Amino acid sequence: MRIAIIDTSAGRAAVISDGLREAGLDDLVLVDTSRPLVAQIEAATPDVVLINLENPSRDLLEDFFAMSRALARPIAMFVDQSDAEATGAAIDAGVSAYVVDGLSKQRIKPVVDLAVRRFQAFSRLQRELDDAKNALAERAVIDKAKAILMKRRQIDEPEAYALLRGQAMRTNRRISEIAEAIVTSEALMGDME
Amino acid sequence: MTGERFRIGFLPLVDAALPVLAHELGFGAAEGVAIDLVRDMTWATVRDRLLYGHTDAAHMIAPLAIATTLGKDRPAVPLAVPFVLGLNGNAVTFSARLAAETGLTGALGDPIRIGAALKQVADARLAASKPLRFGVVHRYSSHNYMLRYWLAGVGIRPDQDIEIVVTSPPFAADALAAGEVDGICVGEPWNSIAVDRGVGHIALATAQIWRRGVEKVLAMRETILNERRDAVEALIRALHAAAARFVEPGAAEESADILARPEYLDAPRDAVLRAVTDRIRLVPGGEPIHYPDFMFQYREAANFPWRSQAAWLYSQMVRWDYMAFDDTEAAAAGNVFRPDVYRAALAGSGAPLPGASSKLEGGLDEPIGAGSTQGRLTLGSDRFFDGRAFDPDDIETYLAELP
Repeated sequence: MRIAIIDTSAGRAAVISDGLREAGLDDLVLVDTSRPLVAQIEAATPDVVLINLENPSRDLLEDFFAMSRALARPIAMFVDQSDAEATGAAIDAGVSAYVVDGLSKQRIKPVVDLAVRRFQAFSRLQRELDDAKNALAERAVIDKAKAILMKRRQIDEPEAYALLRGQAMRTNRRISEIAEAIVTSEALMGDME
Repeated sequence: MTGERFRIGFLPLVDAALPVLAHELGFGAAEGVAIDLVRDMTWATVRDRLLYGHTDAAHMIAPLAIATTLGKDRPAVPLAVPFVLGLNGNAVTFSARLAAETGLTGALGDPIRIGAALKQVADARLAASKPLRFGVVHRYSSHNYMLRYWLAGVGIRPDQDIEIVVTSPPFAADALAAGEVDGICVGEPWNSIAVDRGVGHIALATAQIWRRGVEKVLAMRETILNERRDAVEALIRALHAAAARFVEPGAAEESADILARPEYLDAPRDAVLRAVTDRIRLVPGGEPIHYPDFMFQYREAANFPWRSQAAWLYSQMVRWDYMAFDDTEAAAAGNVFRPDVYRAALAGSGAPLPGASSKLEGGLDEPIGAGSTQGRLTLGSDRFFDGRAFDPDDIETYLAELP
């Protein structure tokens, strides 16, 4: 069974294809999203197409599939109505699957289920990465704000931090927001004495 | 009725105005309905989110609601359209090169004359094995049908003399700039953005092809409509109030300010404002011209879901999917539009309510008073550019007479 994977994120495409290979599905085609999709799909003749829900070429691809059907190649978006739940789960995860040559449901469902799990794994990884990046950025801005306070108020670091935390608690905001405001105002007005 | 919440999917287009304004200006809240807007970039995604419950309703191209109900391309899911978000508002934009080849004058020209010039270019390109290529926003879009209706009417056979491909609205101007297509038929502000970027010239407003063409609709799953009927009616009242506000003197600036924001259209405010006020810049650097019928959000009960308009779209679906006409499908297509729900929602509000649910489309040359059960209703000219009229009760004869 040949599976085409269309994803604007190369990282996510890799996560999916690794998972499919582990499950013994190794006839995979990674579509280059920077080049025209339709020609590549046509050349690859896949049985199943997995595409990112957000892909800007989905309308184009559906049009292409509809025309292929006119040429007697059955096409369906996975899966039929009785499997609305499975399709809903796929959409939830951000993957749309098109079955190009009418494979039986029994054969196609595991492929899509696997893709869904890999999609979810990827978004979890992405979220953790974003969180880590945000935490780093927050710490940097807090350090900067502390330095500004220490210099301006002639206080030491614990005192500067206590000032930030106190203001955050009083105004019901996050410490990083207060720090950001200090850094911004320093950038605008730092030279005014 | 409090605590009702509708997630509404939309694409970044000026005709997403009513749900956006209903939310931003508090018309939803006034009816006890909270509105969450969910933005996407392709119609396929807007549809899928609607079908699988990410959204409760959607800003949608009318033919896609019909195609989804009929199960074209995919398993059928019955959708219902209790409210029309607007009429027309699209344009056909040529590349700078095609504009020069067809002698566009910088004014809104006559569809028949421009069509004749386009046919000459199309024939020459076909002879050179480089057929002209136009982009529309979806296979099942009013854009596809309006463009094809015009082309066929001026003697250009779609799919034979000319290629028609699909490009999502936010990427249409890019496709024109990159030379992937010679022309686009898309909604605003994407034509204006192509003009302002210097890559396109507006040839026609789609209102010149069909003066009262149905465009975007509020679509939802039929089961949602039935299960949440009271809340849906409240939502309709909120959208109707937003439509009334949209056309008030002095509202245009406010509407453009809101729509242009990054979370909605993320587009230049000036281009949005031009569409909102029916003032369209046709050529790069030109003065905008005023065409009062460019886009309709309110006048003449524009939000009323006429079954005959759904039937016209179905007739074009038959025509361009090269299918046989089917009575049962035609009836199902007409029934996607729900004038009964519209009437129930707005009864007692003073909004004009047409007495009929279906009419002859394209039969009016002059504005005429129409029968209504509430309020006064005047309908303006609804002509097709070729002067044909569409009788929803005799689609087969109509189809047989089309070129």
